[in-house]
Amino acid sequence: MTVELLTGNEAIARGAWENGVTVGVGYPGTPSTEILENFARYEGIHAEWAPNEKVALEVGIGASLAGARVLVAMKHVGVNVAADPLMTAAYTGVNGGLVLVSADDPGMHSSQNEQDNRFFARFARIPMLEPADSAEARDMAGLALEISEQFDLPVMLRTTTRVAHSWSFVQLRERVPAVLKEYRKDPQKWLMVPAYGRLRRRALQERLEKMQAYAENTPVNRILPGNGDVGVITSGISYQYVQEVLPGAPVLKLGLTFPLPAGLIRRFAAGVKRILVVEELDPYLEEYIRGLGLSVAGKEFFPASGEFNPALVRRGFAAAGVIAPAAPVTQTAGAPEEALPAAPGRPPVLCPGCPHRGVFYTLHKLKLLVTGDIGCYTLGGLPPLAGMDSCVCMGASIGMAHGAEMADEQRRGRTVAVIGDSTFLHSGITGLLNMVYNGGNGVVLILDNRTTAMTGHQDHPATGKNLMGQPAPAVDLEMLVRALGVGRVAVVDPLDLAAVTETINTELAAAGPSVIIARRPCALLKKESRPPVQVDTAVCTGCKSCLQLSCPAIAVAGKTAAVDPVACTGCGLCVQVCKFGALKTRPEGGEADA
Amino acid sequence: MPEALAKETVLAPVDILLVGVGGQGTILATKVLARAARAAGYDIKVSEIHGMAQRGGSVVTQVRLGEKVHSPLVEAADVIVAFEQLEGLRWLSGLKPGGVMIVNSQIIFPVPVLAGAAQYPADIPDLLARRAPGTVVLDALQTALQCGNAKAANVVLLGALARRLPIPAELWADALAAVVPARFLAVNRAAFQAGYNK
Repeated sequence: MTVELLTGNEAIARGAWENGVTVGVGYPGTPSTEILENFARYEGIHAEWAPNEKVALEVGIGASLAGARVLVAMKHVGVNVAADPLMTAAYTGVNGGLVLVSADDPGMHSSQNEQDNRFFARFARIPMLEPADSAEARDMAGLALEISEQFDLPVMLRTTTRVAHSWSFVQLRERVPAVLKEYRKDPQKWLMVPAYGRLRRRALQERLEKMQAYAENTPVNRILPGNGDVGVITSGISYQYVQEVLPGAPVLKLGLTFPLPAGLIRRFAAGVKRILVVEELDPYLEEYIRGLGLSVAGKEFFPASGEFNPALVRRGFAAAGVIAPAAPVTQTAGAPEEALPAAPGRPPVLCPGCPHRGVFYTLHKLKLLVTGDIGCYTLGGLPPLAGMDSCVCMGASIGMAHGAEMADEQRRGRTVAVIGDSTFLHSGITGLLNMVYNGGNGVVLILDNRTTAMTGHQDHPATGKNLMGQPAPAVDLEMLVRALGVGRVAVVDPLDLAAVTETINTELAAAGPSVIIARRPCALLKKESRPPVQVDTAVCTGCKSCLQLSCPAIAVAGKTAAVDPVACTGCGLCVQVCKFGALKTRPEGGEADA
Repeated sequence: MPEALAKETVLAPVDILLVGVGGQGTILATKVLARAARAAGYDIKVSEIHGMAQRGGSVVTQVRLGEKVHSPLVEAADVIVAFEQLEGLRWLSGLKPGGVMIVNSQIIFPVPVLAGAAQYPADIPDLLARRAPGTVVLDALQTALQCGNAKAANVVLLGALARRLPIPAELWADALAAVVPARFLAVNRAAFQAGYNK
């Protein structure tokens, strides 16, 4: 069969498909998004974006109950949202195999925290597999489904950014035929009322004990014999760094990290003089091993936060006295080291033409308390836009705005929640319902750019299309918020600064909760061919007001503003901001671009 | 050229960083590179970053070639391809002594510089050349424009990289044809060749 260079995410999709999965469901979130995007391209499957991870897992549990093999995929913080069904799904177990992918993000490349989701497997008491590259990711997707069906448990497949978004070779296999297992009514298994829940809790313990025996013998937990007195216990991507830095050392590579194989760990420990644990994030393995009464070190030398890399692992082994410290690196041996100028940071920014920009420019000017949310628009909180006070989790903006108003009367009429369309549908609806129900007065701005932009433009229930690329009913946001009891609903074009300002001021002054829908498609989604803005250098005073927009297409070079004609989309915000009329929109169909 | 690259042993390990600004086409260049390297018999690992950083932020793609590659992350690079000057400066400390820095002279001001909160360092290409004697400076944007499309700047840089890797020229041509859509192939072939000749 063919060998392909796949990302970990592509490999998981492939593994699920090869192993007869027929239902795939999740919510987009870096670094997990491409799993379902890739799975959706295979024949003979059903794939869908759910509005949030809780619904996704519930769809997965239902599909498993009905007898299908299921793939559920989300980022680490998505598992928080899905935790409610997850905890009890461990009790019910499965019919068709169920694999839950948790894609963790050590180092927070694109996340609000770096929680270590290995604890979720232990917390829920479900088996967990941790692949170290794409080939393992594909294999473990299949193994997870097997374990799931054999032990009647959902199984977590936990990846991290460097597994999810790294490419390595995978030998493709054929698909095993998908089998729909028969569903037999069994309330003691599926109907978790207390009496049956207690039975299933005991049954869960029995299933885990069988799983424990399995963990001792599975080939994914293996001792790699080597030379030296120092044995390394590791899992996931950290294994690769250990192989790089300490080749030939005895290693216990753990692929199944819940339940952990106590016997195998003791056997490994007996063959070495010293054990070091190399694991990203929390001392999950280390504390377990110490709990076995074994002498072990890990976090003393390898940090408990942030992402690992080979250099960091090398430093850790050097600090532990296992290898000699690396010599400091200089580029030009012998040549005098010239001091390097500091490289100014290049933080991510809203794109030229982004419809969010004008909203944050306005919010900053109005000096409001702005509770924010998760998406591209969180970038609107960074200077110079600085139009957002907080960002905690998906949907938090609305509850927080309401809480702030309830805590302090002075905040009434001075507080705005800002949330994207996809995020609103994910978990903003209940927050708004609460605001209405409990006499809130807040203004909720829904930034409706018609997509889930940050994760790469996924569809959602308001876009009119589904993950399979088929037309789908599009929820009407105005009608939805009216149905929740919001009396005041306004729709504005976020590129019309005067209208945005006026609408926000009107709604802040009005009694009762209001929703303002700032609607315009993402600039990357809908390429509008408007001519770039021109600068009248005779008029421009170089006042730099336009720079407050934080637009990557505008610079003040020398004494006047300059607009990059390639980057500029002609959105016209800067034209509205310029007090001197120095920035001008060219009429459409005017002279050709330079 | 670093000694490791000069050797004709086909599978000498090579660690490469492609650094730039989100949206500059590092991923397409990486796909072509991976395809050519694969045809040459290499084991390959690539690591890239998605999500927030892509919105005009600094991006880096790490490519490792060898007989057997474990870590997808580079510890010290044999070659850095900087799609933008400042990104070359930012990643210079990741270059091995004697390594090759291929730098596009294009300047993209980061927002802190646009906003006047930071200074864009002057004369970066000269500075890089003094620090890393194996520095190659080229104006990939201008070269790509001359080839017919500014968007092919990434392929100009890829051509410059190709010349410095132990992978036969015909494998690059095949890889380019396999990755680039047919209607852009002529422009990209020209861009690749122009970069190769630098």
